[in-house]
Amino acid sequence: MEASITSFAYLVAAVCFILGIRGLASPETARRGNWIAIAGMAVAIGATMLKPQIATFETVLGGILLGGAIGTAAALRVKITDLPQLVAMFNSLVGLAAVFIAGAALHSPSLYGIGSGDSLTATSRIEIMASTAIGAVTFSGSVVAFAKLHGLMTGTPILFPGQRAVNAFVGLVAVLAALAFAGWSHEGLFWALTLVALVWGVLVVVPIGGADMPVVISVLNSASGWASCGIGFTLDNPLMIITGALVGASGAILSYIMCRGMNRSLANVLLGGFGGETDGPAEAREDRGPVKSGNGDDAAFMLRNASSVVIVPGYGMAVAQAQHALREMVDLLEADGVRVRFAIHPVAGRMPGHMNVLLAEANVPYDKVVEMDAINRDFPSTDVAFVIGANDITNPAARTDAASPIYGMPVLEVERAGMVMFVKRSMASGYAGVDNPLFFNENTMMLFGDAKAMCEGIIKALE
Amino acid sequence: MADALTRDASALAEHANRLAEEAQHLAADAAELANRATHTETAQTDPVLFGLTVFALACFVGYYVVWKVTPALHAPLMSVANAISGVVLLGAMIAAGPALLGVSKAMGFIAVVLASVNIFGGFIITQRMLRMYRRKGD
Repeated sequence: MEASITSFAYLVAAVCFILGIRGLASPETARRGNWIAIAGMAVAIGATMLKPQIATFETVLGGILLGGAIGTAAALRVKITDLPQLVAMFNSLVGLAAVFIAGAALHSPSLYGIGSGDSLTATSRIEIMASTAIGAVTFSGSVVAFAKLHGLMTGTPILFPGQRAVNAFVGLVAVLAALAFAGWSHEGLFWALTLVALVWGVLVVVPIGGADMPVVISVLNSASGWASCGIGFTLDNPLMIITGALVGASGAILSYIMCRGMNRSLANVLLGGFGGETDGPAEAREDRGPVKSGNGDDAAFMLRNASSVVIVPGYGMAVAQAQHALREMVDLLEADGVRVRFAIHPVAGRMPGHMNVLLAEANVPYDKVVEMDAINRDFPSTDVAFVIGANDITNPAARTDAASPIYGMPVLEVERAGMVMFVKRSMASGYAGVDNPLFFNENTMMLFGDAKAMCEGIIKALE
Repeated sequence: MADALTRDASALAEHANRLAEEAQHLAADAAELANRATHTETAQTDPVLFGLTVFALACFVGYYVVWKVTPALHAPLMSVANAISGVVLLGAMIAAGPALLGVSKAMGFIAVVLASVNIFGGFIITQRMLRMYRRKGD
């Protein structure tokens, strides 16, 4: 009886989770969807409490309250600009939890009814092995991603000679450890496997740099799903299998969308070593002629006299926390009758949807924020394209120069607008290390300075 | 003559007895077989095969549902994925549940804490983000 109640509750929870993600199809249904998912989780936890294996509630409830308090505090305090780090941290926690649960299952299999006494069946050993390996890689990889995003370590790729050989070797050792564990089920082998997988996770993420982070985060998000899936198989729990598959599919699709946004294969991104931001001026490169630069007053004059403006935000806007000042600037322009919209490139920022959520935070209505494919045809009828903290995603070389490293990457065609403004700190190239020929165009105005300070300067001139 | 008849009769009776016994055994065997047959057909599906069935179907559901998500909400999609993958909590609870202290209970407790951070943190940050999305005039 109790078993059928839990099974039914798990089915209800699975449906709730699916509806929760389904709600994200539109901002209007998204909040309701989130509440449905929360309800599903509550049902699943409540039903699990009924299981006879839970003899004492104190440990379980204490753990939930402690973790809940930490999670709540983190979610309420985090700045929206730091969202990529938070997601990386959550990815890592699922991975670590998967390792511990697999360890517990190995230690007392009778608890989960997956083996008689101390001996595990071969299938259970394989399942434990898989969830541990995926969980450990997810954990250490996400910790490195977190450190990179949070500025605890350099965001540029870390490369050393023979890196790929070392990674391949450690990966091979991990596979051997996994096979050995599946064969002998020794607890020492379990921890050896965990250790090697942890090392491999670090090695894999270390050579991947800043602007590739959206892919890394999505892949790790996917991996955290497959880890929960593995635990679901180990414990014969269909709800965990379903949820893990949903999360895994979500992360995989996001990785695909991000890779497509850069016209690179997943393997190419994950092998790493691409690009690297160059901070110095690009003086060593060929001389492309003079650059027209302006200040806040010049920009304000041009913007006010435009009838249609498209703003292209990039990671630089997030770093400078310029979204609020930018929104104020837009309000003033709209009061003057200028039509303003925002154009979003899929890989702008450090995680999927990063720009959208920053603009939403600054109270920009979502119907003014347009995806790349929908807005590219509008640039010819746009007076001013205002690029703030972005570079590579506007580079026309991606369409014209077959020798360029970013050739083939879909870009926002800002050069078709009447005029282009770039808010940038310096002439430095973007993440891909490629010069942007637009900087030297007749109808380009460079606005050198911090993105936020520049927006404030324009606001002052507009008022 | 009578002696011979009684001998025959007792021999026959013995035969009949043995036959009855054998029949009983056969019936028991048949019942046992029938029992086993119904069990394998209903209750005892291989759990791995069952898991794989669920897994394959869930992958398809995930694929179609996630493609429907609007790109503007890809950030909340990731955080809600974080929250629901905290469902490993259910496995952690079972490890943390027994009355006896031990290694697996300790590992279970740690996993309960970690998974709960994800569930609470993930849902709250998602809700915080979704509250910010508004239309013109809202």
